[in-house]
This record gives sequence, C-alpha cells and structure tokens, in this order.
Amino acid sequence: MALQIRQASVEFPAVDGRAPVEALRKIELSIEPGDFTVALGASGCGKSTLLNLIAGFLSPSSGAILLDGAPVNGPGADRSVVFQKHALLPWLNVRDNVAFGLKLQGSSKAERYAVAEKFIALLGLSGFETSPVYSLSGGMQQRVGIARALTCDPKLLLMDEPLGALDALTRERAQELILKIWSETEKSVFFITHSVEEALFMGTKLVVMSPRPGRIAHMFDLPFSRRFCDGQSARSIKASGDFIALREKVLAIIFADEEEAA
Amino acid sequence: MSIARPNDAETQSKDAPAAPTGWRAAVGSGFQQLVRSRPTKPGETYGVPGQGETITLSILTILVFLAVWWAVTALGLVKPLFVPSPQAIFQKFVDVLTNGFTGTSLLEHAGISAARVFGAFVLACIVGVPLGLAMGMSPTIRGIFDPPIEFYRPIPPLAYLPLMIIWFGIGETSKVLLIFLSVFAPVALGAKSGVRSAAIEQIHAAYSFGASRWQVMRHVILPSALPEILTAMRIGIGFGWTTLVAAEMVAATKGLGYMVLTASQFLQTATVIMGIIVIAAIAYGFDMVMRAIERRFVPWKGRM
Repeated sequence: MALQIRQASVEFPAVDGRAPVEALRKIELSIEPGDFTVALGASGCGKSTLLNLIAGFLSPSSGAILLDGAPVNGPGADRSVVFQKHALLPWLNVRDNVAFGLKLQGSSKAERYAVAEKFIALLGLSGFETSPVYSLSGGMQQRVGIARALTCDPKLLLMDEPLGALDALTRERAQELILKIWSETEKSVFFITHSVEEALFMGTKLVVMSPRPGRIAHMFDLPFSRRFCDGQSARSIKASGDFIALREKVLAIIFADEEEAA
Repeated sequence: MSIARPNDAETQSKDAPAAPTGWRAAVGSGFQQLVRSRPTKPGETYGVPGQGETITLSILTILVFLAVWWAVTALGLVKPLFVPSPQAIFQKFVDVLTNGFTGTSLLEHAGISAARVFGAFVLACIVGVPLGLAMGMSPTIRGIFDPPIEFYRPIPPLAYLPLMIIWFGIGETSKVLLIFLSVFAPVALGAKSGVRSAAIEQIHAAYSFGASRWQVMRHVILPSALPEILTAMRIGIGFGWTTLVAAEMVAATKGLGYMVLTASQFLQTATVIMGIIVIAAIAYGFDMVMRAIERRFVPWKGRM
C-alpha cells in the first residue's frame, strides 16, 4: 500500500481572538510498501498532526492525502494506530483488549483469541491474559497497545511515540521486536519519536521536522534497520562510525531549531 | 482552624513551656497537620484525598444520636408529642407491622410505595438512558430535548402536581408519572454527560481498527459511560423517594407517604417518624444494592 501526501497543509482556525495556528505547511511525503518512516523533531513541530492526517482523524486544509491513489476520507482498519498513551479499554482484560480490533472486524472468539495469544506471547505478556489492564504497569500497558494494533494486521502501522513510556531495557527490546515484526510482515510503518538514536536505528527513511509552522526540514535515507534485519547486532550498529556521525548531524539540526525557537 | 494572632497565642500559651518560638512552633505544627498528609500505612498511597475507613465513626455517630435522643426523652426535656422516645417508635413499628395502619398492613403500605417508586424508576431508566445517550451522540436530538428537560428539571414536583391531577386524574397514572418525571431528568442528563467519558484516543483507536459508528457507540462509548449512568441512577432514585410523599398526598389510601401524611394530621408523631425511618431504610438498602452493582460491573471506575 502506497501513501502519498501532496502539498498538505493544516491550519487550525482562530479561537478567542488568537491568531490561527499553522500546524503543517506544504508537507510532501510518500510512504512506499515496506518503508519504515520515522518522524523526528522538537515538540510542537506537527509530528502528531501529521500522523492524525494519515490516520484520517484530521483533514488537510489544502493539499491531499492519497492511499493507492484514492483520497483518504476517514480512519480505516488498513491504518492501525498505537497511541502515545495506550488508550486501552479498562473494562476488558489483556486478551480482550488485544483481540478488540478483530472483534470489531467480526471474527469468531476462537479465531481472534488464537491471534491475540500469538501477539501476547510476542510482546512478553504471557500469563497476564486475564489480568485487568489497569492493574498492569505503564510499560506493560503500552505493550498491550502495540499488540492490539498488530493483531489487526494493518498494511500501515501508525505509531505515535509508542515507546516513550518504557524503561531503557524494555525500550530497546521493543525496538528490536518491532523491527522483527516489520521485516517479517513487510508492513509499512510511520513512527514518531523524540529520541534521535531510536529514529536512526529504526527507520529506513528519516523525516526531520521543524516547528512554527510545522514542516519537513530534512529527509535522510537510513541503512541501519536493514543491517539489523540482516543480522548485525543492535549494539554494534549503534556503536558504528556512520551511525554516530549521522546522529551528531541530526542532533545539530534539532538543537539549532530549538535555539531558534527559544 | 483559626489562625491565632500573636496576642491571642501569647495568652493561650501561658502554661506552655516558654520556648522562644513556642507559640510559633505550636501554630506551625498545627498548620503542618493541615497541609501535609499523615504518613502512609503499608498498602496505602500517600496523599489520596479522604482515604481511610469510616465505618467505626459512622456507627459511633448513630449510637451517639440514639443515646442523645433517648436521654432527651427519658429525662422528659421534650414532650412525646414533639419527639417520642426511640422505644415508642419501635413499639409503633411492631404495632403497625402486626395491626396495620388505617386497615392496611405496613408491608402493604411499603409494597405499594416501593412499586410506585421502582416502577417509575425502571420506566425512567428505560426511557432516560437511551435518550440521554442519544442526546450525547447527536446534536439534533440534544437540540430538541435539552430545552424541555432543562425547563422542567428545576421545578419542584409539588408545583406541577396539580397539573398532573388535572390531566391524568387521581389514579396511579399521575402518581407514577410525577415520580417518573423526578427520576427521568437526572438519569437522562447523567447518560448524556456520560457520553463524554470516553477518551478521544480510545474512540480513535476503535475507528483505526475498522469500527463502525455503531460499534464505537456499543463497545467504547457505552461502557465508558456506565459509571456515570450508574451514579445518575443512584441520584435519580433518591429524587424518586423524595417525590413519593408529594405523589401520595392526593387521593391515596395506601403507601408510606400516605401513612406519614395521615398520621401527621392526627398528630401521631411516632407513626410519622417510624414511616420516615422505613422510607429511609428501603432507600438506603437499594443504594447498597446499587453500590454492589457498581463494584461488580465497573471495578475499573477511576482507575485509568
């Protein structure tokens, strides 16, 4: 599934006499099948707005969002979202939360529990199937949120800072897990993060965004996630010279943005 | 707590050991007590407002109340016409239970009243909850039903009771309808605001998994609204019991409200108080049931 964003702008209208906010200006981006696109940037640069645009929760003020050539006009099961704050349903237990998407799509109980079981195990949640989600730690809740989006088997997975709440160790394992799932299923992923290292390690395409108005400032093609999928270890990738060089370059761009804004 | 001014504190702390900043320390530690939570016991979370058991204090309050009541009547400080003794109330209860009141047994009075209140309550929930949800979901339906509900809601039922009688006669219809109206508004408005309980992320998540509008309603909005609907039902039934006496003022020959009103006309204070206690007991019992239902069906309330 190919996604094209053509000159898309988003402007939030003026409220209470304050000036209208230009959240995104003329975004031009395409996501090809199998792409792992990472959006990186300072707070307020419109990363989440861009994700909402792709998900269909927002419409562009001008420009177009095209999915395989057809304009997006609303959310759909081909683009599952993992939220910053997990957004689980507290009245369902872990298994029913993970199987929720399949239930909406009308698959039978046995069928959806079997799929849910697979992803529960994949995300290291085995043994917690019948636990209420509110009794889990923040990191586990976030993993339930990821498992829930994966069970829907979307062609494009939209992830809004999904790993921000995880501790360092779990976070690295979750990064590797997401890459593994991505390379096995050849899904496209659109991934938002604050962490430069995470962005470089995971993406095949890096989109660096700048704030006020939100726009794409730089784009890089990245080789590191392919190298990981070909068997190089995460630690040796992150310690390699080209990784560090690019990291410093991207950091410099972001710091310059922050200083300009301050 | 009153904040003591230096002069007051000086006189208050005359007997206190004369530390240089004695009164300051005293006031300071009192203030500390007020602004800082006490340390936690194992299994508690620091700083949760109002945390702790209340059952002992509640029972103590009731016992003290009964003791004062008993003492005041036993010492003859107040005439039994105004405040009969607790024993007299209990005797009246046994008396009405065995011999009835105006030819009708206490159980029948209670049964008739309960049937009116719970009948009206069930009707109000059947109509009010779906209508409230629809009002929350649709600006059209909200636009249509908001004005009439908000218009009649603050009017005391006693004020439109005469209208009910003119329109629907003096039979059961006007009685049940009066109670229905008093329960309906809080239940419908509770359901309406309950629609807003679901987080937009939860709704968006469901849509991004391919949910239809109806599925979002059924699987996300309705369950999130459930705690607020249950609370609204508890508030609603309270209004129902409040309206009962008004409803039974007119041409009733049975019912707890009728019993209380008739007894008051004959200055049978013991029966009046006994009737009030029976009404309170039934209402409280039902509230206990509702709380058990809340614990059973929305154990996640306020947890996420």
